[in-house]
Amino acid sequence: MFNRRKIAAITLAASLALFAAGCKKKAPPPPPPPAPTPAPVVTPPPPAPAAPVVAQFTAEPTSIQRGQSSTLRWQVNGNATAVSIDQTIGTVQNTGNRRVFPSESTTYTLTATGPGGSTTASATVSVTAPPPPPAPPSPPPPTITITDRLSAVQDAFFDYDKSDIRADAQSALQQDAAAIKSILADFPNVTIVVEGHCDDRGSAEYNLGLGDRRASSAKDFLVQLGVPGDRLKTISYGKERPQCSDENESCWQKNRRAHFSQGQ
Amino acid sequence: MKKLFLLAFAPAAFWLALAAQDFSGVISKGQQPHIAIPDLRGSGDAQKFMTAFNQTLWNDVNGSGLLKMVPKTSYPLRVPQQPSDFDSSSTPGQNLGGRAMSDWAGPPASANYLAFGYTAIQNGVFVLRGWLFDLSQATPAAAQVIAKNYLGSVDEAGARKTAHEFAADIIARFGGKSLFGTHIYFVHQAAAGSPKEIWAMDWDGGSQHQLTHFNSTSIEPAVSPDGSKIAFTSFAKGSPGIFVFSVEPVRDLRFYNQSASVNSSPSFTPDGKQILYSSSAGGCCRIFIANLDGSGFKPLTHSTYIDTEPKVNPKTGNDVVFVSGRSGPQQIYHMNIDGGDIERLSEGTGEASNPSWHPDGQLIAFSWTRGFAAGKFNVFTMDVTSRRYIQLTHDEGKNENPSWAPDGVHLAFASTRTGRTQIYTMLGDGSQPPVRLTTQGLNFSPIWGK
Repeated sequence: MFNRRKIAAITLAASLALFAAGCKKKAPPPPPPPAPTPAPVVTPPPPAPAAPVVAQFTAEPTSIQRGQSSTLRWQVNGNATAVSIDQTIGTVQNTGNRRVFPSESTTYTLTATGPGGSTTASATVSVTAPPPPPAPPSPPPPTITITDRLSAVQDAFFDYDKSDIRADAQSALQQDAAAIKSILADFPNVTIVVEGHCDDRGSAEYNLGLGDRRASSAKDFLVQLGVPGDRLKTISYGKERPQCSDENESCWQKNRRAHFSQGQ
Repeated sequence: MKKLFLLAFAPAAFWLALAAQDFSGVISKGQQPHIAIPDLRGSGDAQKFMTAFNQTLWNDVNGSGLLKMVPKTSYPLRVPQQPSDFDSSSTPGQNLGGRAMSDWAGPPASANYLAFGYTAIQNGVFVLRGWLFDLSQATPAAAQVIAKNYLGSVDEAGARKTAHEFAADIIARFGGKSLFGTHIYFVHQAAAGSPKEIWAMDWDGGSQHQLTHFNSTSIEPAVSPDGSKIAFTSFAKGSPGIFVFSVEPVRDLRFYNQSASVNSSPSFTPDGKQILYSSSAGGCCRIFIANLDGSGFKPLTHSTYIDTEPKVNPKTGNDVVFVSGRSGPQQIYHMNIDGGDIERLSEGTGEASNPSWHPDGQLIAFSWTRGFAAGKFNVFTMDVTSRRYIQLTHDEGKNENPSWAPDGVHLAFASTRTGRTQIYTMLGDGSQPPVRLTTQGLNFSPIWGK
C-alpha cells in the first residue's frame, strides 16, 4: 500500500517536473515543504489556589522542667479556613500564642487548612523531670539540751535524818561541780535548782525542813568547789515527790537525795 | 513519889498501866451511865426515814464516848413513844413489859437513862418529838430530862439532822459537846503522784468537798479557832509557802511569805490574830510568829536544827509545843510564846511529831514511833505537865497527824491500817474502834475545827 502511494507520488512529481522544465529555462526548485501542522492548542487549567503558609510555629522555650510552661506561638499566612493544634488545644486563630504545661515531652502539630490545601508544622516541647530535691540536710548535730546535760549530773545521797555530805556524795558532787560549771557557762541565763528530797518515814512537816537542809548542804558543797552560788537555787520537796514508794531501804535511799533540775 | 516512879526504870507495860490508871484527862469507863435508846418509829411517811434516823442517833450518842449503850436485845418489848405511855399506876416491882420505868431500870436492861419518842410529818415538816428520862426518878414527870421537838426537812437529810440535834442535847446533859456542825480539813490526793489539795468534810465524813484548786502540792492545813479561816502550805508558787484562806466563801486572804526557801507548817494563835510557822529564813528552820497577812514576822527559836509544827496552847495562849531535831531524831518540845524555857516533852526515843492541843490546854495528842521502827508512827496522848503518855493505836499501819475535836473527846487522825492512808476518828482514850471517814484516793493530815 505504501509503495503504491509512493509510486503515484513520484510519478506525479516527475510529470510536473517535466512540464515545468518545458516552461523554464532552468528546472524550478522543489517547493518548500508544507508547513508543519501546528500543534494542537491546549487550554491551560486555571491556576490552583495556593495552600496556606505556616509562617511561624514555635515553642518557647523548647525545653522545660515538668511543671513549668512553654509558650506556643504561631502565625499562618495565606488563605486558611481552619487552624488547629492537636494535643487537645483544638481550633485556634491564625495568629496567636498559648501557654502549655506538658507533663512530658510533647510534639504539637499545627494544621492550617485552606482551599489550597493543608499545611502542617510542628513544634516540640521537651519536658525534663525536675531535679530531685536536695538531700535533706543531715540532722544538725544533736543539740544537747540543758535537761540532757542535767540528767548526767548525779544525785547526792544522804543518810536517814541527816543532811551532811557523806563520802560517796562528796565524790558525786565533785564530778557534778565540773559538769554544772560547764552547763552554767554554756547556758548563761540559766539557774540550776538543787532539790532536797526525803524518804517517807519522818513526818511530812519535819521532812520539808530536812529536804531544805539537804539542798543547802549540796549547794554549799558545790559553791566551795567554785560553782557560782548566785546561780544555784534550793527547794525542798520533803517527802512530797518520792521516786519510789516501797517500804524498804533500797527505795528509802533513792529518795534521800539532792537532785538537780533547771530553774526558771 | 511520882518523881521516883518517873526516874525509875520501869518496864513499859507497867509504866503504861500506871499511866492509864492515874490519867485524869480521859473518861474512865466505870463511871459511864448506861442509856437505852430503842428504835423510834415514824408515823406514816416518816417511817421510811427511820432506819437512817435511828442509826444516826445511836452512832452519835455511842460515839460521844460519854455513855454506855445498853444493847437492844435486852430491852423490854413494849417501847414507850411518849410519856403518857408509861403507866404511872404501876406498883414498884411490877413488870409491865416496858410500860413501867422500872422495866428499863431493872435487869436485864439495867439502864440509867432512856431516850425515846417518835417522828411524824406535819405541815410539810419532819418533826421529831424526843424525850430523855432519868430512870432513877420515881415518876415520869420527875424523870423528864429532855422533852423537845426537833424539825427537819422531809427527807433522809432532815431526819438525820433531827437525830444529830437530839443526840447533841443528850450528850450535852453528860458534859459532852456535840460535834454536829464541826468540820475536818484534810489533804486529799486522787492517787499517788497526783496533786494534793485541801479538802473539807463534816465531822462524820459527810459533804466532802475540795477547797483549793492549785493543781500543786498543798499540805499541812490548820484551822482558825473560830473556824472561819484555814492556813496551809503549798508549792503553788514554787517554793513551799504559806497561804491563808477564808472558808466561806473560799478566798485567798493573801499571806505574804517572808523570803525563804521554806515557809511551812502554819497554825493560828488562840485569838486567831497571828500565825506561827516554820521558816528556813536565816537557816533551816526556825519558828516564827507573824500577823495574819504575814507582816511583822519575828523568830521565836534560834536553833540551827529543824524546828517545825508550832502549836500554841489554846487555853493559855502563852505556851507552845513544837517539833525539833535539836537533840537528834525529831521530838516534841515545849516553850513559852516568847521562845523561852524550851524543854523536851517526849522522852527522846524514836521520833515524835504532829502535836495537837486538847481544848483544855493540858493534853496533847501526837504521833510517835516509840517502840517501833522509823516511820511506824502511832497516836499517843500526853499530859504536858506530868509527861505521862498513853498509846492509842498499836502498829496498825502508820498513824499520824492526830487532831483533837472541839469536844475534847474525839480525835481525827490519818492511818494506813487498811492500805492507803485514810482519815479516821476515834475516842481520845482509844476505847472504841476508829471510824473511817474517807474512802476515795489518799487522804492525809486531818485538822478538826469548828
